[in-house]
Amino acid sequence: MSAFSAIGEEREIDRNEYTPEIEPQPTWCPGCGDFGVLKALKGALPEVGRTPEETLLVTGIGCSGKLNSYLDSYGFHTIHGRSLPVARAAKLANPGVEVVAAGGDGDGYGIGGNHFMHTARENHDMTYIVFNNEIFGLTKGQTSPTSPKGHKSKTQPHGSAKTPIRPLSLSLTSGASFVARTAAVNPNQAQRILKEAMEHDGFAHIDFLTQCPTWNKDAKQYVPYTDINESDDYDFDPTNRADAQELMRETEDKLYEGEVLTGVYYREDDRPSYQQEKQEIGEMPDEPLAERYFDGDYEWERSYDNFIDKHK
Amino acid sequence: MSADELIWRIAGGSGDGIASTSQNFAKALMRSGLHVFTHRHYPSRIRGGHTYVEVRASADPVKSRGDGYNFLLALGDSFARNPQDEAYYGNEEAKPLAENLDELREGGVIVYDSGLLDPSEVPNFEERVEENDWHVYDIDLRSLAREQGREVMRNTAGVGVTCAITGIPLEAIEELMRDAMPEKILEPNLEIMQTGYDLVREEYDVDAPDVSVPSGEHDEEQVLMSGSDAIAYGAIDEGCRFIAGYPMTPWTEVFTIMSQNLPELGGISEQVEDEIAAAALAIGASHMGVKAMSGSSGGGFALMGEPLGLAEMTETPLVLIEAMRAGPSTGMPTKPEQADLEHVLYTSQGDSQRVVLAPGTVAEAYEASRRAFQLAYEYQIPTMIVYDQKLSGELTNVPASHFDREPNGDIGMTLTEDELADQPHTADGKFHRFQHEGENGVSPRSVPGQKAGRYLATGNEHNPAGHISEDPDNRVAQMDRRQRKLDAIRADLDDDGLLVEHGPEEADYGILTFGSQQGTVEEAVDRLNENGTSVKALTVAELAPYPVDAVRSFLDSVDEALVVEMNASAQFRGLTQKELGTHGEMLSSLLKYNGNPFEPAEIVEGFTTKLVDGGELPGNETKFVPAAGD
Ligand SMILES: Cc1ncc(C[n+]2csc(CCOP(=O)(O)OP(=O)(O)O)c2C)c(N)n1
Ligand code: SF4
Repeated sequence: MSAFSAIGEEREIDRNEYTPEIEPQPTWCPGCGDFGVLKALKGALPEVGRTPEETLLVTGIGCSGKLNSYLDSYGFHTIHGRSLPVARAAKLANPGVEVVAAGGDGDGYGIGGNHFMHTARENHDMTYIVFNNEIFGLTKGQTSPTSPKGHKSKTQPHGSAKTPIRPLSLSLTSGASFVARTAAVNPNQAQRILKEAMEHDGFAHIDFLTQCPTWNKDAKQYVPYTDINESDDYDFDPTNRADAQELMRETEDKLYEGEVLTGVYYREDDRPSYQQEKQEIGEMPDEPLAERYFDGDYEWERSYDNFIDKHK
Repeated sequence: MSADELIWRIAGGSGDGIASTSQNFAKALMRSGLHVFTHRHYPSRIRGGHTYVEVRASADPVKSRGDGYNFLLALGDSFARNPQDEAYYGNEEAKPLAENLDELREGGVIVYDSGLLDPSEVPNFEERVEENDWHVYDIDLRSLAREQGREVMRNTAGVGVTCAITGIPLEAIEELMRDAMPEKILEPNLEIMQTGYDLVREEYDVDAPDVSVPSGEHDEEQVLMSGSDAIAYGAIDEGCRFIAGYPMTPWTEVFTIMSQNLPELGGISEQVEDEIAAAALAIGASHMGVKAMSGSSGGGFALMGEPLGLAEMTETPLVLIEAMRAGPSTGMPTKPEQADLEHVLYTSQGDSQRVVLAPGTVAEAYEASRRAFQLAYEYQIPTMIVYDQKLSGELTNVPASHFDREPNGDIGMTLTEDELADQPHTADGKFHRFQHEGENGVSPRSVPGQKAGRYLATGNEHNPAGHISEDPDNRVAQMDRRQRKLDAIRADLDDDGLLVEHGPEEADYGILTFGSQQGTVEEAVDRLNENGTSVKALTVAELAPYPVDAVRSFLDSVDEALVVEMNASAQFRGLTQKELGTHGEMLSSLLKYNGNPFEPAEIVEGFTTKLVDGGELPGNETKFVPAAGD
């Protein structure tokens, strides 16, 4: 019997299973978009067939980082910007576990930007949700990498001189094999996209627009938006890279002016995930590494038997 | 020249095969029954630049590079002939000969490649040869190698010449070359070696060799190993199957050995974007129940401060390696120093719960590596091994049986699903991962994917169920529990005998040291006692938690003590004074931080001049800092 019987268990899963019995008092402000992510996640996980015990939710630091305090799965609340490297290794160590990483735009595109680029490039099989509220929430409203140019905050009193980051384009050029944008104000789409992302074999990045009514009163996420996968105005194939790039350019230029396009921008279905690539070249075991430590019969190899001769 | 030891120095350009040649030579001497020890000096350059390796061989155990040497094989630096070099590094051409003469002992041998080196470029060469009674062999190794094959085989020709002069049978080297070289280059190499050998035998009178090789015998089979090999093998034997890293000298050595071997053992190695990621990956894998490690050297380790704290707070087992080199900042990338001690002990915010081990020898490095994993997983605490560029690269012989141990895949207090099912389920339905109980501070963990074990690990302070909490009582209970681990670990380590005493049981003086200076200090202690000074040494191999009782009783047993370490600010002495809270008035320091490790004679001289005679130290290589009470 596997030491991890929660993995691959097939049964009807009630979304309430993800709600802690004694729920910690949420620290999120009323009306915060973060509630929308939690709700969508609770909806998507049972749809994907993942039980709380085979799910590991790894978060960074920020209001967004508190996500796993309110989702009763396995969780690892790490440090600012570092959710991805922790999550990557967790997935390598036990690929059977559903690994979802999450954090804010400061966390993911600022301090953790380097990890974002590399995780996308390597195409790790996991889902990454970035709560994009265009602001630093937890530290009380400083300008973030996604804040629009000219954005004023206590630390940028004259308005930011910086062009905001383009998360979708950055993700695509870095090598993510699934790039989508959704918003907390549309829970149905959010849930659908999260489900697709988790089912995707490879790095699935979701730029999740979450409003921060406390610090970012003029955020544009509230405007009605268009779902590019549903709308007749957008005749577009998400498996076509050039199409995706073009559309991203358009929306990322316009985001701060009004129209917000959401949906799955890009999906590369036939690209092997990092785990598969690594297995193919013989750098990763076929059986989950984590299983071995619970197998009382496993015969651990010794350096003496393998390497001592070359030192004689 | 005394025949009781050979110290052979091969010098040339970095990238000219000096390291591999010396390794073969050392191994051949070890196989012939001798004890060997190598010392490597190299610049932070890929090709070109003066480099040398010393191989010390004796019938008796050798613990350090010794003082000076008695055989120089000076090869030409093939990369020094790049005209660009002069602009950056000055004229390197004569260096293999010119740079190495100061430490050559009286009566020693010089073999130089007359095809590439011109002794007229070396100031006062003839006079110095005469003064020191050196025996000089000018041999055109370059043409010799060129005739037979390729110029790069100069070093093999040089080995042939060495064997002819010292009386080492060529077969010993041949055997190793057969093991190590592909067929294509083996034959020309063998021929070149033979030609070099014959040439000396024909043209010189070497029947009474100027420097000969002692003979010896081992009681049991020996292996030639470096500190980095030993650390990597210790990790593998403890079931470590995950490593993440980013290259930085000299940590790269452990990282490389692990990366080359783990896939074959069904493990995973990840070279990642930076050291923050590296440590975070190791934490991620360990959180899943896999034995994992990471590491770096000074600057890279600085980036690991935050993940290190995360491992402490989430009580994720973790092994980190810190291979010290000279700092601050990038410092001297290829030179040893022991100045990251405080960095390793104190980096990261908050009251920290960590273990720091400092092996002193290659054999101990294996031990420390295994122990680091045992402690990390038994106590769910980050454990670090701090060592330095010297120990990482030096090769020495160790009995093969030392490594013949049982493997260990145990990951400590990690519950199985059956055990988790038996855990009393609390009102919140959650597994209490961080319970306050546990005499030794450890609360059993579960890992993701297990039934009934789900919990939140967080770097914020948390309650027993893992929820973020700023409740003052809980805070104190959690902090106390995490601190309790240290007492338990200290007690465990006391039983390990990690402190190595050397010298007479009763002595007037003491020397206190740590890490890679152990062997050199012990050799110095032997000499001091032979000279009539009564002194003994203690090497401390566990720095956190500090073995207060053992060090105190050692210091109580002597009148005065010298602390020997390779840094400018006496960090180890500072640690000792802080931990003991007393004894400052009897601890003086002998420091060295010029990029080279101590030689035994320097310690003997420093000790005698300052502690015994109360005089002044002559050179500026070492520095004496008087006792704090002075
Ligand atoms: C290394 C480090 N630097 C700074 C901080 C302080 N800090 C906490 S959260 C945060 C930014 C939060 O913004 P974001 O990531 O966008 O998340 P949000 O709170 O908006 O969800 C900062 C700067 C920290 N915890 N660690
Ligand atoms: S500060 Fe903003 S992001 Fe944070 S909880 Fe409040 S509304 Fe949400």
